[in-house]
Order: sequence, then C-alpha cells, then structure tokens
Amino acid sequence: MQHYAYYAATILLDGVSYGMILFIISVGLTVTMGLMRVVNLAHGSFAMVGGYIAGYFTQRGINFYVALVAATIIPGILGGITEATLIRPLYRKGELAQVLLTIGVVFVATSAVSYLFGAFPYPVQFPDYLTRPVDIGFRTYSGYRLFIIIVGAIIAAVLWYVIENSLFGARLRAAVDNGRMARAVGMNVSVLFTTTFVIGCGLAGLGGAIGAGILSPEPSYALKYVVLFLVVVIVGGEGSFKGSFVAAMALGIIDTAGKYFYTEAAAYLLYAAVFVLLLWRPQGLLPPKSVA
Amino acid sequence: MAAMTDGKSDTKGLSPLALVGHALPWIIAIVYYFMAQGYLTFGTNIMIWMLFAISLDLVLGYAGIVTLGHSAFFGIGAYAAGIFSIHVSGDPILGHLVAIVLSGIFGLISGAMILHTSGVTFLMLTLAIVSVVFEWANKAKWLTGGDDGLQGMRVDPLFGIWPFNIFGTTAYLYTLAVLFIWFLIAWRLVQSPFGRSLDGIRQNPRRMRAIGTPVWWRLVAIYAISGAMAGSAGALSAHSTRFVGLETLSLLTAGIVTVVLILGGTRRLYGAFVGAIVYFVVQDWTAKQNPHLSEAIIGVMLIATVLFLEGGLMDLGRVGRRLLGRKPTDAA
Amino acid sequence: MSTSSAPALSIRGLNKSFGALVVAQSIDVDLQPGARVGLIGPNGAGKTTFVNLLTGFLQPDSGTITLEGTSIEKMAPEMRVKRGLARTHQINALLRENRTRDNVAIAIAEREGYAWRMMRFRPQWRRCCDEAQAMLQDLGVGDVGDRLVRELPYGQQRLLEIAIALALKPRVLLLDEPAAGVPSEEAHRIHDVLGRLPKDMAILIIEHDMEVIFRFAREIIVLLQGRVLTRGEPAKIAADPEVRAVYLGRTVV
Repeated sequence: MQHYAYYAATILLDGVSYGMILFIISVGLTVTMGLMRVVNLAHGSFAMVGGYIAGYFTQRGINFYVALVAATIIPGILGGITEATLIRPLYRKGELAQVLLTIGVVFVATSAVSYLFGAFPYPVQFPDYLTRPVDIGFRTYSGYRLFIIIVGAIIAAVLWYVIENSLFGARLRAAVDNGRMARAVGMNVSVLFTTTFVIGCGLAGLGGAIGAGILSPEPSYALKYVVLFLVVVIVGGEGSFKGSFVAAMALGIIDTAGKYFYTEAAAYLLYAAVFVLLLWRPQGLLPPKSVA
Repeated sequence: MAAMTDGKSDTKGLSPLALVGHALPWIIAIVYYFMAQGYLTFGTNIMIWMLFAISLDLVLGYAGIVTLGHSAFFGIGAYAAGIFSIHVSGDPILGHLVAIVLSGIFGLISGAMILHTSGVTFLMLTLAIVSVVFEWANKAKWLTGGDDGLQGMRVDPLFGIWPFNIFGTTAYLYTLAVLFIWFLIAWRLVQSPFGRSLDGIRQNPRRMRAIGTPVWWRLVAIYAISGAMAGSAGALSAHSTRFVGLETLSLLTAGIVTVVLILGGTRRLYGAFVGAIVYFVVQDWTAKQNPHLSEAIIGVMLIATVLFLEGGLMDLGRVGRRLLGRKPTDAA
Repeated sequence: MSTSSAPALSIRGLNKSFGALVVAQSIDVDLQPGARVGLIGPNGAGKTTFVNLLTGFLQPDSGTITLEGTSIEKMAPEMRVKRGLARTHQINALLRENRTRDNVAIAIAEREGYAWRMMRFRPQWRRCCDEAQAMLQDLGVGDVGDRLVRELPYGQQRLLEIAIALALKPRVLLLDEPAAGVPSEEAHRIHDVLGRLPKDMAILIIEHDMEVIFRFAREIIVLLQGRVLTRGEPAKIAADPEVRAVYLGRTVV
C-alpha cells in the first residue's frame, strides 16, 4: 500500500510542478490571446530567452535570484519592444498574418540563441540546496520541484489577487469581456495591451528560467513547446486565468502519469485527448465570462 | 486573382507573351537539367517543396483554411511510399499511388472531423493532429524506424526502365513530371467554378452560405485533394532520397512550407515556385557562411513579407510600381 | 394573384432565449405567396434575431418553421436557401475582392447547381454573367458591373446585396433594413426596387423608416422584446396607441 502511495505522490507532485511551469509560462499567452485576440506563436521564445539568461548568469557564478530577476526583466523588455514594433500592426490583420509573423519571430529567436549559445541544451546552475532531496514529512522529494511548486503557487495567488481585487485587474477583465465597450468608456486599451504583454513575457521568462530543469533551454525550445503552451491556453479557454491554471495542472499531471504508466503511448495519447476535447468543447474548459 | 472570376478573360484569349510566361518555369527546369548536372538533387528538392507549397496554396491561399498541420500529409505520403517499398513492392509508381491514396483519405477523414470549426480552434486541431501523428510515428519504431528514420527502402527502376542513380537524373525528371501533372490539376481547379466558390468561402463564408453553398463539403473536398497532393510530394521525397525521417512529420516542416508559400505569394500557384527557389537558395548560400544565418534571414523575410508585402515576393512588381509613383494596374 | 391557402412560410411557436435573455417568445407568423409584410419594433426587439432563426444561423429552443410545406427548422442555412428562402443582411455580406457582376453570377451558378464543378465551365459561366448583368441593369446598377465591390459607394453595395438575393429566385425573401445607412439620394433607388419585386414572392422586410414600411407593406407585425406585440394593416397599426407608446412619441405617418 505504501508503495502505491509513494508512486501516486510522486506522480502528483511531479505533475503539479510540471503544470506550474506550464502555467507560469502560459498565463501571459492566455491573456494576450483573450485580450488582444492575437495568436502569438512566439510566446515560447520569451520563456526560452529567460532560460538562457538564467543559464548565462548562473554559469558565471552570479547569484541565482539575481539571475531570476534578470530572466524576468529582460524578456519583459524584449516583449515591450516586440509588442510596439511587431505585434501592434497585427491587431487588425487577422489570424493568418499573426501566425506567420510570429513564426518569423520564432525563427529569428531560434537562430539568435543558436548563434550566441550553441546548439546544445544550455543548463541553468541551480543552487545546491535546490538540487538535493528535501524531507517533507512523509517522504523526501526533489527540492527543485518543491521550489517550483511553492513559487508557482505564490505567483498564482498574487496574480489571482491582482486580477480580482485591483483596478488593473478590473480593467483587464473588462477589456477581455468587451474591448469595444472598454474603449467606449475611455479605457486606454493600448496601454493595457502593452502592459499585459510585457508582464506576460516577463512571467514567461521567469517560467523558462525556473523550469529549466524540466524544459531545458535549447534552440528548438520555442517551436518544440509552442503546442504545449497553446494547449494550455486553448483547452483552458482563451483569456481565462482560472482555465489556464486548471488546464496546466491537468496537462502536467496527465502527461506525467502517462509517462509512468504508458511510456509508449503517453505523448500521442495526450494530443489525441486534446483533439477530442477541442471537438467536444471548442471554447475550452473554462471559457471566460471574465479573465478570472 | 481578379482575372480568375472575370467573365471576360479566359485562357482561350491568352496572349503569346502570357503563354511564354507560363511555359517559362518548365523551360527553366529542363534547361537546369542539362546545365546543372552536379546539382540535380538540389533542384529535385526544390521541386518537391514547390509541389508541397502548391498543395498548401490550395488550402490556405484559395480556400482560406489556416493550418499548421500540413506536414502530416507530407509525412504520411513519405512513410507510406517508404513502408510500401520495404514490405510490398519496390515499384515507385505503385508506391506513389498508395501514398496519394492514403494521404488523401487521411485528408478526407481529418478534414471531415475538423472543418466545421475555424480560427484558433481549427489551428489548434491541426496542430493536435500533426502532433499525434508525429508522436505515434516516433514510438512505432517497428514500422517507421522511429528516431533513426526508415531504413532499407527499395526503389526499383521507374517503369522498369530508368533506374534511380546517385546522380539523381531519374529522380529529377520523375519529380518534374509529377510536379507538372499536379500543377495542371491545380490550375484547372482554381479556375473552375469550384475554385471560385472556394475563393468566395475564403472571403466571406456567411455570404456563401446565404447563396446556398454547402461550405463544409467544398472545404472537405479541397482539403482531401490538397492532402493527396502533399502526400505525393512526400512520396517523391522518399523515392528521391531513399529515406524517410521523422522531420517530414514535424511542426518545423509545416512551418517551412508555410514560409515558402507566403514568401512567394499566395493565390498565384507560381508563388510556390518563387518561394521555394528563394528559400532554398538563401538557405544553401547562407549555410555556407554561417549555419544560423539562414534561419534568421528567413525569419526576417517572413516578418517583412507579412508587414509590407501582403502578396509575397510576387507582389514586388506591384509594390515597386506604387513606390515609384506609378498607378498600380487593377489585376496584377 | 395567388388563391392557394398554403402559406409560403409558416412559423409556429418560435422560442429562443440566451439564459435569462428572451429574444423570441412564441412567435407565430404566416407569409402567404405574394405577401408584403413589414416587421417593426424598437432596437433590440429581436427583429434580426428572428431572421437569423428563420435562416438557420440561430437554432430555436422550440417551434416549427415550414417552407412551402416542408419543415426546415432542423436544416442547415444553405439547405434552406436551396429550398427557396433568401435574405439580405443588415450589414453587407459581399465578396469585396470580386467584381459586382461576379457576386451575382456566383449566386446564379450556385442556384443552377454547377458551382461545385472542378473543371472549367466556360459557356455556363458566361450565361451566369449575362444573367447577372441583366439583373444589375434591371436594378439600375448595370454600369458598375465591372467595378470591384470595395470601390462601390455604400448605396450601390446595398443594392448589390438585394441583387444577389433576387438572383437566387427565392420563394420567400427576407430583407433586413435594406436602405439603412444609405444616403437619401441613393435610398430612393432601393425604394424603387422594392416596389418592383416579383408579385408572387413572399417578402418580409425589417425597417425603421416608417415611410418605407407604410408604402411597401400590406401587413405590419410589431415586435417587442422578442414577442409579437400586435399585427395588422398599416392604418390600424399607425392608429394603435400601444404602438405609439412603444415608439415613445415618434410620429408615425
């Protein structure tokens, strides 16, 4: 009995930590797609850049937390620049143009990191206390993954609080619900767009940095994982914060469980499940009546 | 193409200049065969991607179906041809036909399942499909060779007469012939009433429903035809290289064919030609300088195309004239 | 003049709500062949929703829709068109990249049943174009047949919207505010066309312009919050105090 409990706990904890990374990275994307109605296939690039920055800093002995801050701020800034120059023209151009342009961005980002850092996975040096197993009472567990779960929970809680209780959050929810109306009552929607895009990219960078032990930074990162991030967003419901959290957890746990039980089938069964789910509920699991 | 729906202009009235223009790509292809004997495999590869891009043009350019899963058909065609050659017969024509039928059926079924949706949902479904196929092929090592690719393909001489050799002469002409046949089919298709209704569906599906067009049926039809065409390109790839790798099913491949088409210009058919040549020449050229440069350049070209050159490189003429201050003609 | 008693379009007990919002409530309507019915009501009364329910772009919660004896409430929109139900849209739905004549010709090709053909059909297409040109001529916009739709002034686009619906040779025509937003110089042309529509066609017209309604309609249905408030001949409706109240003092001719 104890044996099964141990396994179950491992799957659950592994799944939740994986899901946390997916959530932190994808939450910016769900708001972008729900708010600005822009399909941004390049979102994963910001996570990738965050991972590379964290790797660069930590490999040179710089403090891990400083590295994390850099991994959040720099993608955020890059996001702001990208939004102002490349994304803004896309707002009214329709889905095809958005898909194409963001693919172009992915190509550029991929070749840039490949040129700067080489073609092989680029590791982040996590501090010692994170690489050791930690005693959590009924068992020991990877300190690293524990760290992810805690940080993820804090971020989720902070985001939830901001979205539910702050003026910014209220504006965000209103603009997601009804952009035209929001403009009509005088909301500066373009500032809102830029701000959320920057925050979303920053969070993606943070997720890419923290999650580097699970999704390791490499040139093909952006293209390889874009489907995962899109799944979280669309299965959860575009613009739905709650939905993306639930979808990320579900994806994390199911994928992990799949790897334990049906290693042969795991990957394609997951996508098959996404396929069936989307046919059944095209609007996602928890489509927003509001961002939360 | 405004000329497509024009009640007045039909190819019966093609000027001699236009006829030469239409024949030009094929003439160039044949000249290339004789002049570039050492580089035939390069040319064959470009033609394969031209065919692949034309198949995407039918679906994306004309019918307005935004998909990122078209590599599924390419890969299924390639693997079908390859697996057929290993387990049944090395005859390339038979294998090719099997590939076309299988990828066409896959297009029919998957299209029927998802074409009632549109937009991001549809895009996601195409991504899910291609991911399922990719991951399944990855795991089914016994059939596909998995990560290592399909080994041990046999490619018998074409019609029993022309063997495939390392110089790629047979492969080149075989690919050229197949491309030509499919091009004619695509050309007739887009000029037909069916093609016209697809263009209407792309512009305004609501309007087409309002005149009684069975939209779903038309879309499924073109999706299946396009799938068969892409599968044919895959089969050519398998036969000419005697190998099939997992990347034929990858998202990257779907991305590249989309880039090729957009670079050249949608809804022109010839856009696929221009795009494929530009893409692979740039890639070949820059790879020699710096392997990372080609991807960056392609990315920048794609971004520039989307922002400034809506009709792809084939639109350069029109944009150039406008920049120079001359009035653009109506149907360029 | 039709003497048959079978209505061209018969609606019984049409109901539709979105949660607490009721957009259609037990609507019963009969359109005889040759009918000229005006549908009026304040904004948000559910007029366009009603048309969407009839044409199949919205599924009713309950109720029946019978077109010339055939039950169509379960049919896809395009099937209803094939059976003879056509509409114009409040906001133009045109193929803007195409020429004006082609918009009509494509509809004719669909009507004639060869729009699915994958091989070129030159002589048939020419016939469609000729018929399209004749129709445009008839509506007074023959000279813009070659122009791209996106270059047309709004009034002519509205006329094109009607032309396409007419090209389908429907038994029942639903017009959704055909002259709305059209500058008055061009609007008279649309009013003109309305007066010359085929006598045996059953027509339902949604309009806000009371002058047009009273000139055109032989029966008026007043819709309020999804249900039929009242119906009857124009004179009776004009005199009805409830209707006046609904329109809050707006003068009804």
